[in-house]
Amino acid sequence: MAKIVSLAEAVGDNVRDGDTVAMEGFTHLIPYAAGHEVIRQGRKDLYLVRMTPDILYDQLIGVGAARGMKFSWGGNPGVGSLHRFRDAVENQWPRPIEIEEHSHAAMANAYEAGAANLPFATLRGYIGADLPKVNPNIKSVTCPFTGEVLAAVPAIRPDVTIIHAQRADRKGNVLIEGIVGVQKEAVLAAKRSIVTVEEIVDELDPPSPNSLVLPSWAVTSVAHVPGGAFPSYAHGYYPRSNAFYIGWDEIARDRDSFTAWIKQNVLEAKPEDFAKHAGNKPAKAA
Amino acid sequence: MSDFTPTEMMTIAAARALSNDDVCFVGIGAPSAACNVARLTHAPDITLIYESGTVGTKPDVLPLSIGDGELCDTALFTVSVPEMFRYWLQGGRITTGFLGGAQIDRFANLNTTVVGPYDHPKVRLPGGGGAPEIASNCGRIFITMALSKRGFVEKLPFITSMGHGEGGNHRERLGMKTKGPTRVITDLCILEPDPQTKELTVVSIHPGVTREQIVENCGWTIKFADQVIETPPPTALELTTLRDINARTKKAHQGNKEAA
Repeated sequence: MAKIVSLAEAVGDNVRDGDTVAMEGFTHLIPYAAGHEVIRQGRKDLYLVRMTPDILYDQLIGVGAARGMKFSWGGNPGVGSLHRFRDAVENQWPRPIEIEEHSHAAMANAYEAGAANLPFATLRGYIGADLPKVNPNIKSVTCPFTGEVLAAVPAIRPDVTIIHAQRADRKGNVLIEGIVGVQKEAVLAAKRSIVTVEEIVDELDPPSPNSLVLPSWAVTSVAHVPGGAFPSYAHGYYPRSNAFYIGWDEIARDRDSFTAWIKQNVLEAKPEDFAKHAGNKPAKAA
Repeated sequence: MSDFTPTEMMTIAAARALSNDDVCFVGIGAPSAACNVARLTHAPDITLIYESGTVGTKPDVLPLSIGDGELCDTALFTVSVPEMFRYWLQGGRITTGFLGGAQIDRFANLNTTVVGPYDHPKVRLPGGGGAPEIASNCGRIFITMALSKRGFVEKLPFITSMGHGEGGNHRERLGMKTKGPTRVITDLCILEPDPQTKELTVVSIHPGVTREQIVENCGWTIKFADQVIETPPPTALELTTLRDINARTKKAHQGNKEAA
């Protein structure tokens, strides 16, 4: 059964130095508050996994928390480069980073294979592309029935997956709505999981029998962090701050301005500071 | 209309490539603008799909990211990312993929990964995202990007997604049954692959643009088809539609609480 704890306890209990950590959320529901807590607790040598490492992983990479990263698209969506990621790859600052690069389709399949307790995923992918030449973890497998040669990638099995969701009930059952990305697969593929939520309610009250619910017994820790996805968004609660994403470009371009931003907004901040972004919209998702 | 920018002409020419019957996998940026102009003008029933899982979406403002809330709010339905790539894309349900890129070569292969060697890149670009499988699994591919020597290069440092590979029947030889890139829409002209060699060839020149400009802005010796037409200029409706959605988008993205 999931334990409902503070964010500091959830990260302290579940994230260890050297862990393979997946923080997922496809543009939507990105667990920023939890990522900041990981930085505050000084976790290091992490192997980060995420389909679309955007600003959150730029921050983790920029503070030197990551030894490596598996990913499929590393940019600031609609804005441009991740400057801290680029600085790490191009100039090894603040430390070298080992990268394992895939396509979205391969990453999505690899999470699904992890959730399904399979060792690898297969897909009709990478045809004529150069990534298999530079990533030894992209191999091929021959279909035993048709003889078709397909791409194969190892399953993703994180030590810990961290996601943000709309709400949980007091038992720790979690409801996710809107763009659901690969969060379900990432949680089920992991040994441990942390879910931060906008609110904790008496009755989960899923709006449909087919709603995406992660049951308490499949989640390790739940923490109540309203606004915890900002500057990403929580469907039905508050919108994405596109203005923040645009503004990040300037902050992250320079090592000193980045470091000053982290000091002020992460190291000297608290999870409760995210609440101001939570807005006043009704609890029911749009 | 005679008063329009090259970028506006590019977006509108790209929009015209789409029809009402298309089920279109939309890349972010210029492709997204073109697809929504098509939806708001001549193709109101087009199905637009973004890789975040939103199917049949009708955004009122252009998304900044591939997963803005606007896409989900206006979609017919939203699926998980594994379902998107497995059932809908790999399953062969998408007629048209619309991509942009940092660099392209004469066979419409695209690079969005690195400039320079992969292990020690001069410039680290975002990477492929959905593109490698969009390029192979959609029925056909449209590409839109501005014509420039930096973007249209003789040799790509990295092939992120395959177009026509080495040209000719290369796709067929690799077992692909889809058409690959059938049109590249730039700010100066429209290119299509030669039916035999698959080399990108100028088939239509935008109003006011000269052949010399096209030659000067391409990194390889660009070929012109035997029959080259002039692209019809934007209509008043096309221009108004594009400018209105751009204005709404700019306002929304620069706001704070309203920027969904």
